[in-house]
Amino acid sequence: MAQARASKTTSSAASSGDFPPFSQRHLLSIADLKQHEIVDLLDRAEAMVPVSRQERKSHPTLSGKTQINLFFEPSTRTQGSFEIAGKRLGALVMNMSVKTSSVSKGETLVDTAATLNAMRPDVIVVRHSAAGAVELLSQKVGCAVINAGDGAHEHPTQALLDALTIRNHKGRISGLTVAICGDIANSRVVRSNLLLLGALNVRTRVIAPRNLLPAGIEHLATEVFTDMREGLRDADVVMMLRLQHERANGRMIPSVREYYRFYGLDAEKLSFAKPDAIVMHPGPMNRGVEIDPAIADGPASVITDQVEMGVAVRMAVLDALLPARNEI
Amino acid sequence: MTRPLLIENARIIDPASGTDAKGAVLVENGLISDIALGAPVGVPEDAEVVNANGLILAPGLIDMRVFTGEPGKEYRETLASAGEAAAAGGVTSFVMMPDTSPVVDDGALVDFLIRRAKATSKVNVLPSGAITKGLAGQEITEFGLLQEAGAVCLTDGRHSIQSSALLRTVMSYAANYGMTVIHHVSDQSLTGDGVMNEGLFATILGLKGIPREAETIPLARDLQLAALTGAKYHAAQISCAASVDLMAAAKKRNASITSGISINNLALNENDIGRYRTFFKLGTPLRSEDDRQAVIEGLRSGAIDTIHSDHDPQDTEVKRQPFAEASDGAIGLETLLAAALRLHHSGDVDLMTILRAMTSRPAEILGLSSGRIAKGAPADLILFDLDYPWQVSERDLRSRSRNTSFEGARLAGKVMRTIVGGETVHVHIE
Repeated sequence: MAQARASKTTSSAASSGDFPPFSQRHLLSIADLKQHEIVDLLDRAEAMVPVSRQERKSHPTLSGKTQINLFFEPSTRTQGSFEIAGKRLGALVMNMSVKTSSVSKGETLVDTAATLNAMRPDVIVVRHSAAGAVELLSQKVGCAVINAGDGAHEHPTQALLDALTIRNHKGRISGLTVAICGDIANSRVVRSNLLLLGALNVRTRVIAPRNLLPAGIEHLATEVFTDMREGLRDADVVMMLRLQHERANGRMIPSVREYYRFYGLDAEKLSFAKPDAIVMHPGPMNRGVEIDPAIADGPASVITDQVEMGVAVRMAVLDALLPARNEI
Repeated sequence: MTRPLLIENARIIDPASGTDAKGAVLVENGLISDIALGAPVGVPEDAEVVNANGLILAPGLIDMRVFTGEPGKEYRETLASAGEAAAAGGVTSFVMMPDTSPVVDDGALVDFLIRRAKATSKVNVLPSGAITKGLAGQEITEFGLLQEAGAVCLTDGRHSIQSSALLRTVMSYAANYGMTVIHHVSDQSLTGDGVMNEGLFATILGLKGIPREAETIPLARDLQLAALTGAKYHAAQISCAASVDLMAAAKKRNASITSGISINNLALNENDIGRYRTFFKLGTPLRSEDDRQAVIEGLRSGAIDTIHSDHDPQDTEVKRQPFAEASDGAIGLETLLAAALRLHHSGDVDLMTILRAMTSRPAEILGLSSGRIAKGAPADLILFDLDYPWQVSERDLRSRSRNTSFEGARLAGKVMRTIVGGETVHVHIE
């Protein structure tokens, strides 16, 4: 498995002082970022990679800061990643999940925001099932807000970690062909990725059965395919998406069996991509549904690298946003 | 007995007669007693004389789709507060939707509302009767008794009847009483959990879309059932180009069908939602700019008959939510005329057509004697300044709820005086 590139950093600990101040108040959407800001975040993340690899995984630039992870939807992976990222930067991290919050008692999101705001956090990381909920919350608090996934809208740190993984393995991003396959209609990962990759001049393809393609997707992706083999032809990167089980069994698609037959990534379909194509997945995977276990765990897979880059990207984002907040 | 009222030196616009001329109107005993175009009118000695100074004198607006909070949710809107907003907006009569708590599906409640409105509201409140009990779309209500009690039409408000067989029964039975059936066309299975117009913008926002076919499929069905039953049928609010085409084609064969549109769908489009602005989340979603241009053309051509406010007060609690979870609806009584005049100022629709859609056409559809400037007609009148510039601020609005889609909008056109039954109920003060 390829190792992550860490050319920006010469010392064992990254230094945020190498980068100019970050201009964004929050990270709500990739759409808010300019190209140079995306590249800046990727460079910052790359500089954070060694922190996680060294024995003493500490780079306490956020010492004394308070980070609240507010998750209205369960997400072991993303929540854990943000928690580790915050702790490695020395922040006091508090996890709040929906079951322990007042939301289950009828409190509105805005009420929750006001309550949390009164606790004077420095950053709130939010996951919510409704598109736009994180944006709404950001309008009601005085601290930085990071979108950790809002409905089918966006998941910006996922797109950043995907981009970082691609850059590390391919040495570049611009000019590549990235094929994204699966439930395009309901994926927040897709939207963030299409915006980010589009901003970096990547040729983007989406592949899905027609009823899992949202209206107007042809304006967001370079190309749209319903045939997996055609869509994968000569791709540099194959990004698979998780199929939600509730969409199978005759609701959106007839069965998992049929889905796997036509849209599951196996060796035969992958052979249409470039020989050195990498395979990605935001996780958690349904092995045998959208991806053959042999591919998921095979040499082309960079899925565990994505997880590692996830921590680095989240450290970078936290590090970038919090100093910016101090200056306001 | 109130004093006679003479309004002179006005530009009288009466769409019912096609009048657009300078003149004066005399009001006595709540009715229009004389109209003089050009020449002065005979004035009783004790008359109150209002010099209009060239302002437009038009029939008071008849708003065919207004939701109130009373009864049941008075914290959102009462008949009194809705009346204040209506008077300020030039609406002298409004059809009250039956979507209240309890639902207006019984003659006794219609009777109560009429008496309550007379006691508390500045303007005429015209109750509608629910088509189905509890708006559940299952059992039809007592149309005859509702009409006897004073219901002016039948509608299930924001609810849409899904069963074609039931709707056939409704239309057939309503025809016995000559009652207009006003139906909100929405195929629930296609609408699903959609929250805005289906298209690229919904995809970008990650929101579930509502396809236009959720409107056009039931509309096509309704138009066929209206032809089958001979009912007076009014499509409550249409929003897209294909619906305009359906209406235009059906109107060539059937004179008893009409359609209405919300001012929101005429003045706004889906892009106004911006970054999840929930005041633009409406029961009939804002469509694309192409659709908006098509419905404007529909208004010009007569495929669309009426413009209403779709006034739907919602409190902060239900609007300050993530977009998909927020309630539908926006208030609009007070901004209806000024927002509609945007179409005049932009050169899209002539003034007579705009006013007709809010005065004489609703009156014809509902069988009302108001909505016109004619001798013997109720003296429901407005004087307005066509070009008066103002900016909408929710602080200045009279509704109990603040969910206006026009917050901050710069509008031209203001109602200076509103007269209901010969009584001045609103005067604009600088």
